[in-house]
Amino acid sequence: MRATGWEHVVPTVLGMTKRQRIVVVGHGMVGHRFVQAAIERGLAETHDIVVLGEEPRAAYDRVALTSWFGSGPDALSLLPGGEYDDPRVRLVLDSVVTEVDRAARTVTVVSPPSAVGDLLAHPGAVTVHDYDVLVLATGAAPFVPPVEGRGKDGCFVYRTIEDLEAIRAASEAATSGVVIGGGLLGLEAANALVQLGLDTHVVEMAPRLMPVQLDDAAGSTLVRHVERLGVTVHTGVVTEEVEGGSSVTGLRLRQAGTEEGAPTEVVDAQVVVFSAGIRPRDALARECDLEVAPRGGVLVDEQCRTADPHVFAIGECAAPGGTMYGLVAPGYAMAEVVVDALLDGPGTFTGADMSTKLKLLGVDVASFGDAFAATDGALELTYADAVAGVYKKLVVSEDGTRLLGGILVGDASAYGVLRPMVSSGLALPDNPEQLILPVGTGPGLQLGMPDEAQVCSCNDVTKADILHAVAEQGCESVADVKQCTRAGSTCGSCVATVKNIIEDHFASVGKVVDKGLCEHFRLTRQELFDVVAVHGYRRFDDIVAAHGTGRGCDVCKPAIASILASQTSTHILAPATAELQDTNDAYLANIQRNGTYSVVPRIPGGEITPDKLIVIGEVARDYGLYTKITGGQRIDLFGARMEQLPAIWRRLVDAGFESGHAYGKSLRTVKSCVGSTWCRFGVQDSVGLAIALELRYRGLRSPHKLKGGVSGCARECAEARGKDFGVIATEKGWNLYVGGNGGATPAHARLLAGDLSTADLVSYLDRFLMYYVRTADRLQRTSTWIEQLDGGLDRVREVVVDDSLGLGAELEAEMARHVGGYEDEWRATLEDPAKLARFVSFVNAPDTPDPSIAFTTEREQIQPIAPALIPVGAPA
Amino acid sequence: MSTVAISLTPVCAVDTIPIEGGVAALVAGSAVAVFRSFDGSVFALSNVDPFSGASVLSRGIVGSRGDVPVVSSPMYKQAFDLRTGACLDDAAVRVASYDVAVVDGVVHVGSIRPAGEDA
Ligand code: SRM
Ligand SMILES: Cc1cc2nc3c(=O)[nH]c(=O)nc-3n(C[C@H](O)[C@H](O)[C@H](O)COP(=O)(O)OP(=O)(O)OC[C@H]3O[C@@H](n4cnc5c(N)ncnc54)[C@H](O)[C@@H]3O)c2cc1C
Ligand code: SF4
Ligand code: FES
Repeated sequence: MRATGWEHVVPTVLGMTKRQRIVVVGHGMVGHRFVQAAIERGLAETHDIVVLGEEPRAAYDRVALTSWFGSGPDALSLLPGGEYDDPRVRLVLDSVVTEVDRAARTVTVVSPPSAVGDLLAHPGAVTVHDYDVLVLATGAAPFVPPVEGRGKDGCFVYRTIEDLEAIRAASEAATSGVVIGGGLLGLEAANALVQLGLDTHVVEMAPRLMPVQLDDAAGSTLVRHVERLGVTVHTGVVTEEVEGGSSVTGLRLRQAGTEEGAPTEVVDAQVVVFSAGIRPRDALARECDLEVAPRGGVLVDEQCRTADPHVFAIGECAAPGGTMYGLVAPGYAMAEVVVDALLDGPGTFTGADMSTKLKLLGVDVASFGDAFAATDGALELTYADAVAGVYKKLVVSEDGTRLLGGILVGDASAYGVLRPMVSSGLALPDNPEQLILPVGTGPGLQLGMPDEAQVCSCNDVTKADILHAVAEQGCESVADVKQCTRAGSTCGSCVATVKNIIEDHFASVGKVVDKGLCEHFRLTRQELFDVVAVHGYRRFDDIVAAHGTGRGCDVCKPAIASILASQTSTHILAPATAELQDTNDAYLANIQRNGTYSVVPRIPGGEITPDKLIVIGEVARDYGLYTKITGGQRIDLFGARMEQLPAIWRRLVDAGFESGHAYGKSLRTVKSCVGSTWCRFGVQDSVGLAIALELRYRGLRSPHKLKGGVSGCARECAEARGKDFGVIATEKGWNLYVGGNGGATPAHARLLAGDLSTADLVSYLDRFLMYYVRTADRLQRTSTWIEQLDGGLDRVREVVVDDSLGLGAELEAEMARHVGGYEDEWRATLEDPAKLARFVSFVNAPDTPDPSIAFTTEREQIQPIAPALIPVGAPA
Repeated sequence: MSTVAISLTPVCAVDTIPIEGGVAALVAGSAVAVFRSFDGSVFALSNVDPFSGASVLSRGIVGSRGDVPVVSSPMYKQAFDLRTGACLDDAAVRVASYDVAVVDGVVHVGSIRPAGEDA
């Protein structure tokens, strides 16, 4: 055979295209982490990944489940877009894996009829998937003890968003509820029932609450807190029966340890939540003859591999070395270990820190390390303040040199320092009791933490990792570090410690974290905004003289121009500010690559009359401009010479157009869909609202451009959730979403408040936008601003909806001033010869057009001819 | 200064140029950007932005970088020394700088200065 050179290539190509396939069963927290890690660490280069999830939605933050009542399911999502960005990963939801055939290496999947529609038409679709690697991440299921009557209407478990939806629905008609189980999850569930307005009881068989984590003294301290919040606690009792007909009416309780037939007590309840522990969902493994641990959980080795080398198990369904872990951090660690194993790495899982810290109904509770002093010779140091409801216990080694564990109730502020001391074996100070005395009586907690100390247990991030992120990777804030290392992104209990580490580091290297705008100002945009407001400055010169150095630049000048424009209603080309404006603002048009400009008249909501359309056409034709429909539902006219702009705008203004602010860091467009006026699905007048909002906020100068959208129903044809503010009509009013954008880093807007009246919607939007204008950084879109705010979207909601800072009226008044002071920039410019003076080609030859501008014709319209680039270094 | 201006073209009254702003002028067929800085000094550079080829430098923002008076191009924001035309962001790039004089309140632009000459 003649050598063509292809022989070598073909086998390689074939070799490369033989990709392996990983099937992940379960898209919960751990399954999701597995996929993320697989993508990040390059496993997807060689493997296709199919994820089969039983729940109707993508993975969400189960740890934060209780906050669902406040924020809705979207806020919990770990994958807000509902799919992975990576085309090699396919996520199939609403699908239950019913069988694993290890010999054939296939799984069988049933999509339940509820997912596809009518039961008769679709009796559940069955599909079979091949795998090379199977990863079981099926989690755990709540354990429901075999109590009589447990199947009655009104009985629930607490695990999924659907569970919470059902509990909420049942609570509407109920007055009281009981949670069976006084552990960590039971107290969370009780918290939920309190939030739903039910008279709430907790029933616990052990003699104290949270028996796994707390000792008796801590448990009774916790009871006092919990009771103060209106929850009735019954400890040391067992549930004998759930009473009622088809629906629950109450719970019959008997003292633990007494015989059947002993006296009982009945607690009235229409809602019962079982929270008596969890059981690993290991049925698939059992049925395909994989070994499970004696107390449940798929038995796996240190690489999380089962006896079958093709099958792994991770998360709550797994039992590495026989132990299952009911926390998310060990699950995350297992996910990383399997990715590592598939990349032939050395990672192993050898056990996990079972420390817990939580805020239950506003009470701090923490338990870590050897909380029960099980170590030989261990000593206990306790501090209890019954009045304040504080209990703290330290468990130290026999010789008093090492901290082994502890329990904190009522004040867990020391947790961030103490827990890493346990894992690092740091030597205790001479008077260890100082560590638990109230702040102020001891030397405090300013103890050096060793670099190996694990700071974030959820994501296994050490102090050294954080320091590395700060010193080597340029992180300057908690938000940066969170992105870089994931520390703080799960339960959040380590955030305060992370913040301290960052601040200590900067203090130790003598660096003041420079958030200054540029070399001329040490202040941030937000600080400058306040300075300008407080002093009432109107001129850049005064501001730079008092608070800056030098003569400013293209960063600080436009930023100050924007601040001045937000606070006053003076024209941006007024003498004091004209020279501060960025080039586009300076000529009220967008500069193009050849030095010409584009013209974008405002077309509010995208609605336009035929007459106005004709005017745009005529102007474009008469001036020979290139026309294009923009992505913002309006029309852009390109190729205008600077000196033509006034005449073009004269025609447009006379026809009733005004500036579209395409050039400004200001409101661009509020995109609309056709809405209830025409669309057969629309439930509100989305065009009307979009126009009203566009007219209300037009001209508002802001840290970055602002875009809005209004859709007439949930089909969302206006892509409102891709905007800084998006409004979606509901049967009852409007849902308001904030923080969306397209661009380089797309973000979906998230729900700020739902079912609003138009008046409430407008006042929330006024507040939201003004709060953003006041506090965001330069060129920070709303999404990044929200992300960097301490408290994120919740913080925004507190300020905007709950008015927690009492700023609501002030923010609304500022917006009212803006709305009242609005004038069309182009109309005002045309009326002022001083402002028009800048629109000349050459000061000494105003009638000569710039000779370097030339056009050719393409598809019947002009296109710029690139100006000849001057060779570098050679003077023109 | 070693160069003797051979011809000076009057372009505009100095007051026409905004403080910390610029105007474009046509001098012997070339576009020249004339700036006035904070302290009233007047500078002239070629108006052509070497990075885009567009004749736009007079529309840039005038300010300072360290002690250097600069204009930043409105196109891609590189800063140019008003005195010499040197680009502060790319040592290989320089725009022409012109002799300039204010006579009786009128700005006159002269000829291109050889590279390396200060104002
Ligand atoms: C004309 C238009 C493209 C088109 O032909 O459709 C356009 C053109 C420009 N866009 Fe855009 N964008 C246009 C719609 C969009 C959209 C789509 C939309 O609004 O639905 C997006 C994504 C959505 C978004 O912004 O969230 C978009 C994302 C950007 C970005 C990235 C923003 C980000 O946050 O990442 C920039 C850069 C920036 O602003 O810093 C940008 C910047 C620009 C600039 C201003 C760049 C510049 O400085 O020269 C372009 C000049 C506009 C001009 O000369 O008139 N344009 N741009 C669209 C004008 C819309 C309008 O009517 O005002
Ligand atoms: C209210 C609440 C509060 C919690 N608080 C904390 C806390 O503060 N700290 C902490 O560390 N942990 C906490 N946890 C526990 C934490 O949520 C779990 O450890 C974590 O979710 C385990 O992740 P996983 O992926 O293993 O399981 P899951 O998140 O449960 O995911 C498993 C997924 O697999 C799906 N699945 C199961 N079988 C199949 C099948 N056959 N086919 C397809 N899909 C299937 C399930 O529907 C589920 O979506 C809390 C849990 C709850 C419920
Ligand atoms: S979002 Fe709804 S109302 Fe608007 S056009 Fe689409 S389907 Fe119609
Ligand atoms: S410890 Fe939970 S997020 Fe860091």
